[in-house]
Amino acid sequence: MDLTTTYMGLKLKNPIIVGASPLTATFDSIKKLEENGAAAVVLHSVFEEQINYESREIDHFLFKGSESYAEAIGYFPEVTLSNLESEDYLKEITRLKANISIPVIASLNGVSKGGWIKYAKKLQEAGADALELNITYIPTDTDTEARDVEQLYIDALKAVKEHVSIPVGVKMNAYFSAPAQMAKKLVDAGASGLVLFDRPVHVDIDLEDLNSIQVINKSSSKDLSETLRWSGILYKKLDVSLCASTGVHSHEDILKAIMSGADAVQMVSALLQNGAGHLQNVLNDLTAWMEEKEYVSIEQMKGSISLAHTSNPAAYQRANYMRILTEFRF
Amino acid sequence: MKKSSVTIDGNEAVARVAHKTNEVIAIYPITPSSPMAELSDVYSTKGEKNIFGTIPEIMEMQSEGGASGTVHGSLQTGALTTTFTSSQGLLLMIPNMYKIAGELTPTVFHVAARSLAAQALSIFGDHSDVMAVRQTGFALYSSNSVQEAHDAALITQAAALKSRIPFLHFFDGFRTSHEVSKIELIDEDIMRAMIDEDLVYAHRARALSPDNPFIRGTSQNPDVYFQGRESVNNYYSALPDIVQETMDQFATLTGRAYHLFDYVGAPDAEHIIILMGSGAQTVHESVDYFTSKGEKVGMIKVRLYRPFSLKHLLAALPKSTKAIAVLDRTKEIGATGEPLYLDVVSALNELRESGELGFSMPKIIGGRYGLSSKEFTPAMVKAIFGELLKQNPKNHFTIGIYDDLSHTSLEWDRSFSIADDKTFRGVFFGLGSDGTVGANKNSIKIIGEETDNFAQGYFVYDSNKSGSMTTSHLRFGSKEIKSSYLIEKANFVACHQSVFLEKFDILRYADTNAIFLLNSPFSKEIVFSKLPSKVQQEIIDKKLRFFVIDAATVANNSGMGRRINTVMQTCFFAISGILPKEEAIAKIKGSIQKSYGKKGQKIVDMNNAAVDNTLANLFEVNVPSKVQSKTGMTPLVKGDFDDFVKNITAKIIAGEGDEIPVSAMPDDGTWPSGTTQYQKRSIALEVPVWDPDTCIQCNKCVLVCPHAVIRSKVADKAILSDTPSLFSYVQAKGKSFEENEQFIISVSVEDCTGCALCVEVCPAKNKSQTNLKAINMRPLEPIHAEGAKAWDYFTKIPAYDRSKLDHTKVKESQFLEPMFEFSGSCPGCGETPYVKLASQLFGDRMVIANATGCSSIYGGNLPTTPWRKNDEGRGPAWSNSLFEDNAEFGLGFRLAIDKHAENARELLLALRDQIGAELCDAILTCKQNDEPEIFEQRQRVEELKKVLENIKSKESERLQTLADYLVKKSIWLMGGDGWAYDIGYGGLDHVLASGKNVNILVLDTQVYSNTGGQQSKATMTGAVAKFAAGGKAQIPKDLAMMAIAYGNVYVAKVAMGASDAQTVKAFVEAERYEGPSIIIAYSHCVAHGYDLRYGMDHQKLAVDSGLWPIFRYNPELIKEGKNPMHLDYKGPQTDVKNFMYQETRFKMVEKLNTDNAIEYLQTAREHAKEMYKRYKNIEDMSSVQEGEI
Repeated sequence: MDLTTTYMGLKLKNPIIVGASPLTATFDSIKKLEENGAAAVVLHSVFEEQINYESREIDHFLFKGSESYAEAIGYFPEVTLSNLESEDYLKEITRLKANISIPVIASLNGVSKGGWIKYAKKLQEAGADALELNITYIPTDTDTEARDVEQLYIDALKAVKEHVSIPVGVKMNAYFSAPAQMAKKLVDAGASGLVLFDRPVHVDIDLEDLNSIQVINKSSSKDLSETLRWSGILYKKLDVSLCASTGVHSHEDILKAIMSGADAVQMVSALLQNGAGHLQNVLNDLTAWMEEKEYVSIEQMKGSISLAHTSNPAAYQRANYMRILTEFRF
Repeated sequence: MKKSSVTIDGNEAVARVAHKTNEVIAIYPITPSSPMAELSDVYSTKGEKNIFGTIPEIMEMQSEGGASGTVHGSLQTGALTTTFTSSQGLLLMIPNMYKIAGELTPTVFHVAARSLAAQALSIFGDHSDVMAVRQTGFALYSSNSVQEAHDAALITQAAALKSRIPFLHFFDGFRTSHEVSKIELIDEDIMRAMIDEDLVYAHRARALSPDNPFIRGTSQNPDVYFQGRESVNNYYSALPDIVQETMDQFATLTGRAYHLFDYVGAPDAEHIIILMGSGAQTVHESVDYFTSKGEKVGMIKVRLYRPFSLKHLLAALPKSTKAIAVLDRTKEIGATGEPLYLDVVSALNELRESGELGFSMPKIIGGRYGLSSKEFTPAMVKAIFGELLKQNPKNHFTIGIYDDLSHTSLEWDRSFSIADDKTFRGVFFGLGSDGTVGANKNSIKIIGEETDNFAQGYFVYDSNKSGSMTTSHLRFGSKEIKSSYLIEKANFVACHQSVFLEKFDILRYADTNAIFLLNSPFSKEIVFSKLPSKVQQEIIDKKLRFFVIDAATVANNSGMGRRINTVMQTCFFAISGILPKEEAIAKIKGSIQKSYGKKGQKIVDMNNAAVDNTLANLFEVNVPSKVQSKTGMTPLVKGDFDDFVKNITAKIIAGEGDEIPVSAMPDDGTWPSGTTQYQKRSIALEVPVWDPDTCIQCNKCVLVCPHAVIRSKVADKAILSDTPSLFSYVQAKGKSFEENEQFIISVSVEDCTGCALCVEVCPAKNKSQTNLKAINMRPLEPIHAEGAKAWDYFTKIPAYDRSKLDHTKVKESQFLEPMFEFSGSCPGCGETPYVKLASQLFGDRMVIANATGCSSIYGGNLPTTPWRKNDEGRGPAWSNSLFEDNAEFGLGFRLAIDKHAENARELLLALRDQIGAELCDAILTCKQNDEPEIFEQRQRVEELKKVLENIKSKESERLQTLADYLVKKSIWLMGGDGWAYDIGYGGLDHVLASGKNVNILVLDTQVYSNTGGQQSKATMTGAVAKFAAGGKAQIPKDLAMMAIAYGNVYVAKVAMGASDAQTVKAFVEAERYEGPSIIIAYSHCVAHGYDLRYGMDHQKLAVDSGLWPIFRYNPELIKEGKNPMHLDYKGPQTDVKNFMYQETRFKMVEKLNTDNAIEYLQTAREHAKEMYKRYKNIEDMSSVQEGEI
């Protein structure tokens, strides 16, 4: 059975990539994922704000209260700090590359062009096989125009692309007015892959504390729908790798994603719930299904039920359900 | 040999050599020597090796006594060993110093010389400490400047090894230890050349070793001890020559020549000053000036003070000498003179007797100067030379003060100055932590290290830990700078906070034609008009060039927040002309890259942006020819105060304490209580404003306020008339209050430090806008005047009747009047809420023994005192003895007060018939367990006093002096963890074991907060602290458990932020318990590294993580057959990381060593679990019934 696939030019032994998450935060955990069959890993995200904020925060608090009183000119030893720019993350990539054989995709999260580019370069130098950009911007200003927001994404991608030679993928969110055109713009700006979609932290309200809070909301197979729609629509329309994310839990979800047109999938929630061993089960189920249905390879089924190849394009195209008696052509 | 110049302070100059030339370093924090120990720890943590190729072992001890013991042991087993100390620390080392010297053991103790605690403690510099150890057998070596201290550290190390005599190398605390100066560094090769390794082997060969066993440290008897003491004489007589040889060797290697006695002045000088320490630099500079005017004066710098070499002194003294003034920076009461004076007198006498003197015996007078860093200036030197000219000069004089009591002081001409116009002199006023000092240190580095100029910086801080004023004195110039005194006439004055201009006469420092730089929010067009008239006048009269910058806006727009360091530094370089502007700007940017490069590009970019924005926003002001303003200076004290406050306190506040004459000073260290109320500092930018409609009347804001500026009262509506606009009240909730009673919260806006702890702790949210609470921060200025009026009105409302309140309830306890208010502690201090709570609950009957530390500083650092009295004239009586003896000191209170009470009861019984049985018995049987009982007892005692007036007998007389002791007194022993866990633990343990009724409050910040955050045994695993630069690996000591082990000690561990109810209960229970009680109180601290407005949240997290268990162990309950142990927490509820990584102290380990960070987290995690098991076991075991055992 040939489970291999190609994603952003990276040869994968099967379509399952483990997405950016706590699972991909430590060396031991990644090693375990590989042992259980993961085809690639996207490392936990380095947040642009975090890099900037942490260094400022530590600088601020090491200084706070100092130079104020003769007996306590400062409150901390004058040590030289390192790892303020997540140097450990870089070291971890190098260490991973030396110890595992599956591709390692580094993940950057942020919006500005500033310090990010420098960091993207460092990620490449550290040995990352590809980069995944998670550009998340919530335009709270009522004067911000949609086009400006789109441009922000394009500019960030272009800036990174200018400085690295490894493939760069973009984790999109599903809220653009014209996702297909946005996808095209990203591809034109140099994206080698599109990850469909980002799953932002949810907002909730705590009635006890009377406060707004952020909640990490794990996905379920039910959340796969939008991903299927857009991978189905974009398949073959753009020269780009597609990766289905959000709601990929079982072998069935993988099959659906591939058939809609994805080259690979990213799995997180299912593994957080069931552990790394879940990968093996899914791969076994996938193989068994393909054997039973007499498929020989993943490539064979890729895009087979995409918008281009489905017998029911309306499912992709229509926002509302419409009872159709017979299919006919005008 | 290549020369490398650096600009560093005296402590660093010494530490760099000490660390390179030793193998073991035993340390303990004490100001001003702590930085030497801190740096040594940092060097070793970084893996820096000594000249023998190994990393010195650093060991923090529990006290200086411990450090000296460890040094002794390490020396005895053959390692090159050193320590650093000052003041009381040195006194604690005396016993071991005798031993070390008695056994001829080479070592060097580096001492930043400091005053000793007498009528008061002082952290500042003089030779009192050093002079107290001159009899120990240590050689005493003085260095007078940063360069000399650096050099002497090596010279003494080498000489000690050669001579086998231990050395005490000292330099003036602060003036030298903290002065930043450009010096030439000693190369490591020179160090190797100076330290003869054969002598190191010889030291090692003398070590205790089972491979070469012998006994050292025997006990000798009348037959041989005396001879034994005399057996070392030859070592001491050889020492002066050894030191001189070592100095000569050093001179050959470095070009810097020293002598045991260095003479400076005219070869035919007739009048000579002899002294040692930094003052010698000032005399040197003055003598250069006077001799250039043709005067026949000279001076001798004493370097090797012990052993005192007559021969070398004689060689240094010009034969023309007619009169000598010997200056001592110490006071030896009752002696025929101060030590150095006596040494010179006896030396010259001896030389005269032996016929070696060779010229007529000069007249010799002695004088005292510079105690506790009192200024010592060329004007004073002139006065001393002037005195020597007199027929009958005053002996045993003082200089630098006005002694109108015993008339010892010499007058001096305050206008006399020898300031050299070629030397740039800048004075900078900043607010603590605004970056001014850092910016100035940086400027010194730039000028010192990147130009050929000499550079000097000295920094003065005021006595508050919040809103303090810093004054930086900077000198630059092509001539070596010897001025070891503050700048009096500056050619550049910068005021980094415009509010200071309204309070202090800052421009008195400005010389004519000086440049004046002001940071002000006002534009160049209107800024002048906003100044007080006095300031305008000075600008005009002194023809100052006036520049203005709105640094706060520039800093903020550049992303720097409130830190104005880079902005003000850029202004300085742009207008001072010290370097060409372009070059200076390039150098600032270079130094930004150097300082911040490691911290990330973002920070570098921000700073660079600040530099550019500054240049575009710095303007020269057109100074009008006439004064325009009618505004006066802001008064520094307010209220209804007495003459003492007016004549003493207010003067000190105004920075004029130097002018206070001796006769005005309290002679025994006694100062009035409660004077912080007059110093309205108005330092907060934002202050809390109460919203009565949202308020649920829980009083939590009152409880947590560290400065007692938020208070609540309940009052009859009828008395609340003509209330000021910002005075609010609302119907009091709760069944204990009547319908007419109103609940009031008031804020003293002029005493607030703006920490916002109150806002964070407020549980009530505005129903329509949940980001608002019942108390919210608002800018001070718009409400300043009305806020002050409201507070004034509030203070006049009578306090609620104490006896009607349930003191065990948080809410009701907070209607009790605090008797600790407006201290100088940090904004958001975690200690003072506990201190204040104790004062509310027991203040009118409290006697407090306060260990040295933060609480003794905010509790008793002049000018003002926060401990106050109530309207009846009662309040806490407070004293600080020392750091190490506080438990014993407090126990002494208990013993005396118990004795007084017992005696009173005896007398009462003896006089029972005359007084009346009913009153006597009522007094004797009253338990005084609660407030109403104490109130009644007070009434009875008052009645008793009246009765006694009519009984004429010795017994009655005695009882009258003791009657007040029939009312219960509450003894409190307070201090930090440094005291309780470390230096004072031996005494604390003994007091716990005594069974006596004392209450111990440990304000546990888990570091030595007052000295800048050194680790203690309370420091948590994984926390970075000074002396634990890589993070603490060990688990903290469980002091509570150790106290519980006694079985009869009340023990509570509390954290107000986790459970205020438990805290209040613990205080009441501890005080009520008739035996020793200890409360260990989690106190958040600026040394933890986060915004302290969240202090109470962090306390809760600490408890929830299990790292700070809270519980009460009350042995009283055992008598009642109940379980004495009550856990007030449920064990670890959240991972330790959720607590630890909210604080820089823990989080920074991640940025130092990731592997350690992971390991420390794991250790802490297990420790949290272990503690819970331990305490739960006690709780479970304690419920075992008697019959079951």
